[in-house]
Amino acid sequence: MQETLEHFLTALRGMEVQVSPAEAIDAHRTVETVGYADRTLLKDALCAALAKTSDEVTRFDSCFDMFFSRDEFRRRAESAAIPGAPEVELPLAQLLLGGSAADLAQAMEQAANAAGAANIRYATQRGLMTRRILDRMGLRELEALIATLTRSDAPPSVALAGRLEQGRTDLFGEARQYIARQYELYARAAGEQLREEFLRKTGLFAIQQRDFDRMRRIVRRMAKRLATRYDRRRKHTKRGVLDVRRTLRRSMPHGGIPFETVWKQTKIDRPKIVVICDVSQSVAAAAQFLLLFLYSLNEVIQTLRAFAFSSHLVEVSEILENRPVEQAIPEILEKIGFRSTDYGQALADFDEEFMDGVDRRTTVIILGDGRSNNADPRIDLMRRLHDRSKSVIWLNPEPETFWGSGDSEMPRYRTFCHIAKTCSTVEDLERIIDDVLKSYY
Amino acid sequence: MNDMPKAGAPDGAKTASVDSIVEGLGGVGYIASRRIATAIFIARNLSKPILVEGSAGVGKTELAISTAQWLGLPLIRMQCYEGLDESKALYEWKYGKQLLYTQLLKDKMGDTLADADGLDEAMERLHDFGDLFFSEKFLEPRPLLKALRQEKGAVLLIDEVDKSDEEFEAFLLEVLSAFQVSIPEIGTIQATVAPLVFLTSNNVREMGDALKRRCLHLFIPLPDAKLEQRIVAARVPGIEDSLRRQLVAFVQMLREEDLKKLPSISETLDWARVMMLLHVDSLDVELVRDTLNVLLKFEQDIEAVRKSIPEIVRKAAQA
Repeated sequence: MQETLEHFLTALRGMEVQVSPAEAIDAHRTVETVGYADRTLLKDALCAALAKTSDEVTRFDSCFDMFFSRDEFRRRAESAAIPGAPEVELPLAQLLLGGSAADLAQAMEQAANAAGAANIRYATQRGLMTRRILDRMGLRELEALIATLTRSDAPPSVALAGRLEQGRTDLFGEARQYIARQYELYARAAGEQLREEFLRKTGLFAIQQRDFDRMRRIVRRMAKRLATRYDRRRKHTKRGVLDVRRTLRRSMPHGGIPFETVWKQTKIDRPKIVVICDVSQSVAAAAQFLLLFLYSLNEVIQTLRAFAFSSHLVEVSEILENRPVEQAIPEILEKIGFRSTDYGQALADFDEEFMDGVDRRTTVIILGDGRSNNADPRIDLMRRLHDRSKSVIWLNPEPETFWGSGDSEMPRYRTFCHIAKTCSTVEDLERIIDDVLKSYY
Repeated sequence: MNDMPKAGAPDGAKTASVDSIVEGLGGVGYIASRRIATAIFIARNLSKPILVEGSAGVGKTELAISTAQWLGLPLIRMQCYEGLDESKALYEWKYGKQLLYTQLLKDKMGDTLADADGLDEAMERLHDFGDLFFSEKFLEPRPLLKALRQEKGAVLLIDEVDKSDEEFEAFLLEVLSAFQVSIPEIGTIQATVAPLVFLTSNNVREMGDALKRRCLHLFIPLPDAKLEQRIVAARVPGIEDSLRRQLVAFVQMLREEDLKKLPSISETLDWARVMMLLHVDSLDVELVRDTLNVLLKFEQDIEAVRKSIPEIVRKAAQA
């Protein structure tokens, strides 16, 4: 039984329910207490011990149901024994002829364990695994038996062979189904992980529409990880620096004897971030994920204002706050996107209306390729932005070797950026935003 | 792990099975779902704390209170907030008494040491004096320590643990996994009987993995109509069946609307009590409008459902 539980834990891990070794021990102790007899009790008890968020509870429920569902073998029509048929000694044949569905299921289970069905990883292994299970159950011998029976011209033997043939076909079906379920349990998640790993490293432009959902999930998860990391350090006690005033105040009830010492603390401000995104065709994909990332971080960012431009610049914070990012982005694009970009004009617009909001605690993130279609880049405004803000970060989806080629003004803008980096995958994004947050602590 | 205090000896019979827990809690007016009862069952048998999550007002705190009442154990409650620290949660020295003690010591010391020959003998006598200054006598136990020192065990409720700081959460780990606390001046204090610990969280912030790992997790969802009716019946005795059905149906339908804060069980109960006070025997539109502020706590929410009230009342009446 211990092995069953271990298999179940593996399946759970595959479904992204975190199960640490300590929790595995808990699970074993839980099972010891409640036993396997009552299914609901077992489920509720394991759920309490293993699933730690409401998301995980949902995943746990579906995993439990799938894992412990033993589709009953389809009941075969009871058929009377064939008079005059020879006795068969092969266990599998006996099972097929007279065994109950539960017996067959159990036999298959044993064969599957022996064949290592839980180790299945790839869809292509399914055929092989099915075959292995059937071999362990004694398929070869069964086939030999059927052949012998068919050859012996006695009608009862042939009838028996026919029935065994039918049983064999059914058995194939059951085994295939069994393997399909095992694949679903153990392997699908592994495939998913592989895919996500791949997506993290894919250039943001190359991501297909069909992967957008998956990408959003990845980005949200990354953001959540950063958020929990930075949410925790709001106050920081400076060890060893005594806060004399508050220590004296606290010592009053004790007749002026400083029983309690109070240490100085630094309060940490939450970041203020201004994002300016180029939403021309070439950068739109990257902009979508950057905005999604930042808006998933709302717990740790004090204020976030987003601006988008192609030829003119507008504030898009409101659209982004009121709608999920996947809807907001197309709306923004429709409003202002797909025109020829003019960085100078965009900076001028920003300077006129929003420059007041930028102060020494603001990080400005600019996302764009820096290709201004030969219009005036307004470097002077860039300098002002640089001087007023805590830091200016320029994310460019183009690789660095392209900066400065053609109409790219990147080398000139770069002078006034604290950081200028290529940002072409979500991993780059995560790293850079991590740096931004770190700079506040 | 071997010296872990054994849990649940005194109330072994009460927590012997999930059914007996459901029944027992029902006896003190808490209608528990099987998931809830199972969590308590496991918690008692594995001596693990339970982390209870769910939106405000679904009965997280009430669960702990009812459990304490049912098991006949003292309930020790600790409300968490930002800035809560060890001296408020665990122990504090009785500074005043320590001061008096030093004074006393000073006076006494003169007499005792007066006839000592030389410094060495004086020191010797001083050592014999006994180090009372940091001893349990001067310890003021705060909730956590109090819970560990209960002879017969206790129900410890750590309320809204998500509001506490990160450091405090880390400090809880020792208490929750080994049921012991370390006091630097004295040593380790181990629980005689492991208390049954409930931690509640409203998800103000995500709890750390280390804490979660040490706890069983229990999520209490908003109840379905059947369960809610039983809860109302248990908590507001004397309410008429037809009114109760209408009331619960109304609240259930309200939960389907797009609201900022969905009414939870505590609101339903409050509302039911209001109905009892007003001696109402069935819902009508006017009445609902006037008392809606009991159910909904945001002006926008009240505004949002105002129009659909007649419709919902009509449907609720048929339920």
